[in-house]
Amino acid sequence: MHSAIPKPSPAGKILWAAIAIVGAWCLGVVALRRGEPINAIWLVTASIAVFLIGYRFYSRFIASRVLQLDPSRATPSVLRNDGLDYVPTDKWVVFGHHFAAIAGAGPLVGPVLAAQMGYLPGMLWILVGVVFAGAVQDFMILGLSLRRDGRSLGHMLREELGEVPGVIAMVGVLVLMMIVLAVLALVVVKALTHSPWGTFTVAATIPIALLMGVYLRYIRPGRILEVSIIGLVLLLGSIWYGKTVNDTPALAALFDFDAKALAWWLIGYGFFASVLPVWLLLAPRDYLSTFLKIGTIALLALAIFLAAPTLQMPAVTQFIDGTGPVFQGNLFPFLFITIACGAVSGWHSIIASGTTPKLLANEGEARMVGYGGMLMEAFVAIMALIAASSLHPGVYFAMNSPGALVGTTVQDAAAAISQWGFVVTPAELTDTAKNIGESTILGRAGGAPTLAVGMAQLLHGIMPGENMMALWYHYAILFEALFILTTVDAGTRVGRFMIQELAGMAYAPLKKTDSWVSNVLATVICVGLWGYFLYQGAVDPLGGINTLWPLFGIANQMLAAIALMLATVVVVKLKRERYVLVPAVPAAWLVICTLTAGWQKLFDAKISFTAAANKYAEAAAANKLLPPAKTADEMQRIITNNRVDMALTGLFMLLVLTMLFFSLRAIVRAWRANHATAHEEPYVALSSVAQ
Amino acid sequence: MDTFTAASPRSLWKWAVQTARLCCGVPDYDVYVKHLREHHPERRVPSYGEFFRERQEARYRGTGGRCC
Repeated sequence: MHSAIPKPSPAGKILWAAIAIVGAWCLGVVALRRGEPINAIWLVTASIAVFLIGYRFYSRFIASRVLQLDPSRATPSVLRNDGLDYVPTDKWVVFGHHFAAIAGAGPLVGPVLAAQMGYLPGMLWILVGVVFAGAVQDFMILGLSLRRDGRSLGHMLREELGEVPGVIAMVGVLVLMMIVLAVLALVVVKALTHSPWGTFTVAATIPIALLMGVYLRYIRPGRILEVSIIGLVLLLGSIWYGKTVNDTPALAALFDFDAKALAWWLIGYGFFASVLPVWLLLAPRDYLSTFLKIGTIALLALAIFLAAPTLQMPAVTQFIDGTGPVFQGNLFPFLFITIACGAVSGWHSIIASGTTPKLLANEGEARMVGYGGMLMEAFVAIMALIAASSLHPGVYFAMNSPGALVGTTVQDAAAAISQWGFVVTPAELTDTAKNIGESTILGRAGGAPTLAVGMAQLLHGIMPGENMMALWYHYAILFEALFILTTVDAGTRVGRFMIQELAGMAYAPLKKTDSWVSNVLATVICVGLWGYFLYQGAVDPLGGINTLWPLFGIANQMLAAIALMLATVVVVKLKRERYVLVPAVPAAWLVICTLTAGWQKLFDAKISFTAAANKYAEAAAANKLLPPAKTADEMQRIITNNRVDMALTGLFMLLVLTMLFFSLRAIVRAWRANHATAHEEPYVALSSVAQ
Repeated sequence: MDTFTAASPRSLWKWAVQTARLCCGVPDYDVYVKHLREHHPERRVPSYGEFFRERQEARYRGTGGRCC
């Protein structure tokens, strides 16, 4: 009963053949030209061609055969139209909304870290991953939710797999969220450590947001555009004034913090921000960061197209062997863990089953929003990869390598990095720091600062001017910090609700979201959970990102695996077994990647948390101190932290295996059944309800 | 559920405003008023300010609406 795919016209055939040839040619140049640096435009063109072909052919196949979307079928927004949550909305508006909800800091960080292996592995994984896994996940979960009254991922898991796997997945989502918040907050800590200019501008966002909140509530209610313009002007003013703060020793001292102090500030901030009324702080900053995010992505695209930078990073570096300084571990599986957002991101399954399915006016539009929206995010990831690869590799490694590996002075760092084959002088490192208005660029892992330097250099190339580079750098840092703080704040609230729901299963009164005691209790637990990992990152011997990012990647890919397993189960339940490989292959790949990465993080002799814990435990037993620990207590804390990370890795592996078991059980049952067993809502013709 | 018959500057502006507001969790006010008038004539139509406040609270009440 699937709708026929229309035959393309001769002109169409010629057009698509041309796109395929251009794409293949550009990919060939990117992959095969060795020895001479290539221009970023080759990567951009190859990516666009791959996206177009993936969208035109694969997403159409999924829409018509696998999901069997039916434009004559009424969507939840039409059936339950309430003008508020369920509203039939123009598809371009839904697309804009969906993209703004899925695109965050993730696609800007992962590819930057993965650039240590060269740009080619990351680029290929983003392209293949998005076409066959990431966009498939987003699109299929959106399609499933559309047929189920716009239900959430958790709800669909409970319906299609059972109560127990539903609860297990919920625990997984909660833990993932804590790791996301910790690792993103750590990105901010890394960017602001001993940076008075950056810390001042980020701190200034708090009074600016409070002012906007009051304005929006009492002075001009609901005028979002107006207040966002005011906020933006004030923000730009704070970036400009930040230079004065930086140059005035008395002021600079007020905003000069080390990593531990910043971590504590963020933990305290996270608690207070999430118990304040939303209109006062969270909502106004959310508006600013949403608009700034879209604007910055557009700016990045413009910079890359106009500057057309030459990539200075080699296509492939020696670090594919697992000895890289930014993150440890071989290309397989760690490349596929490091780049999550941009290639495939489990978190999207929550958004694709959140607001978006309640807005689509027609099933046929799900393809553009679900599949197309994810392709856009992959493009953002490609641009981040380009920005990082267009930096001098020496500068890139100086920023992203832990002090334990390259030392803490520019002389040591330049010597160590030059020895790896990326020749750089101490003067080049000092000059870069001076140009961006910072005292040092060493030890600024986490993607944000690297991307900021890359963006600043690209924009500076287009619009030169004295001190402009420092302004651009701090603009980029501010954008990412603003965005991340909003996520921390909103995420703490969501985490609090999830903790209350889970705790409510054990003891009912804890579920009451209008009780102050249970609210504060759940908030303290939530902040405590991510705060623990944030602080652990701040005192980590390898700088934190090196340790926490793999945990984040494993967790995010675990959720993607769960979402794709759900899609697989439903395809079988609908008795469309011949298309089962569409969701099953990416699901299997992600299961393999997460389990292998988890296994290596537990048992590998070099890169595992276990090895790190044992190394410090042996030294502690012999009464020796290993850097960065300065006391026996600190030694003990590093040992405990690594053991906690071991437990967490084990928990993620157990979660994946349990969900795999429940999915396989559901698949076997559905395969044996002689009729469709999925829980779809009945068909209602759009023409019978259309207004 | 406007469809853009022509990409005139005005329809583009309307699209931008509608998208920008929806990104902040605020759906189209005119659509809501129209819905109330057609389906619930007995209910009072809230002012834009009231509508905005209700939506602002609703956005941060439940599950996550954004990505990392």
